[in-house]
Amino acid sequence: MEETTQAKQIYDKMVKEASPDSPIVLNCIKAFVSGGFICTIGQLLRNYIETFSLGEDTTSLIVCVILILASAILTGLGLYGKLGKYCGAGTIVPITGFANSVVSPAIEFKKEGFVFGMAAKMFLIAGPVIVYGTLTSIIVGLIYYFVG
Amino acid sequence: MDLVKAFLVGGAICVIGQILIDKTKLMSGRILVMFVCIGCILGGLGWYAPIEEFGGAGATVPLTGFGYNLAKGVMEEVDSVGFWGIFTGGMKAAAGGITAAVVFAFLTALVCNPKEK
Repeated sequence: MEETTQAKQIYDKMVKEASPDSPIVLNCIKAFVSGGFICTIGQLLRNYIETFSLGEDTTSLIVCVILILASAILTGLGLYGKLGKYCGAGTIVPITGFANSVVSPAIEFKKEGFVFGMAAKMFLIAGPVIVYGTLTSIIVGLIYYFVG
Repeated sequence: MDLVKAFLVGGAICVIGQILIDKTKLMSGRILVMFVCIGCILGGLGWYAPIEEFGGAGATVPLTGFGYNLAKGVMEEVDSVGFWGIFTGGMKAAAGGITAAVVFAFLTALVCNPKEK
């Protein structure tokens, strides 16, 4: 018993010594690689879909829809959350992270009902994003209209 | 080459998000809101288009690209229908993403149950 507490103390000390400045750098590397990876998949999809020459807007839309679908499936399987713990912002900032923020509470709150559980909680994070995105776009539109 | 550019630009945008999370203890939801607004403002200023030109999907896949889309949509709509385009442009541009997220979220939630933590 004595030995294990001592070992734990030594271990804690080692962890403290090893961790002070490394996390942020390490986290940034993880975010860079994972975020970059997701965007590379997006670019691969884009390059492939462009060969059908559907126009720029439709191409972006299809890429977006495929990424959201993939994220929804991974979230449903419980894998996106695990990835997120490891990748940090790399899985939060891309559109797949936005999709995850919609799908994850939808699953989580299903048992509270389909209306005020699943459907309402879907917009826990997406709601604010849409509200402030819309407001910003209105401001941009107003300035663009009046100032040019 | 465009794959490398997408990787670098997308990775860099995610690093900015990571620094914000680590340094400011902002919750991820606030980061998403911030990124959409920043993307929208940069889009309005015309500064995001060159980033997209260079980075391709590296600029459009992160949420700043979603914000950029809002700005682009509203400006295009103002060009084509005038003042009232301010009310429809942004949402029109975002419609696909939001609809996909809602539909897939609903279907996934029907099929899947919460995982044990």
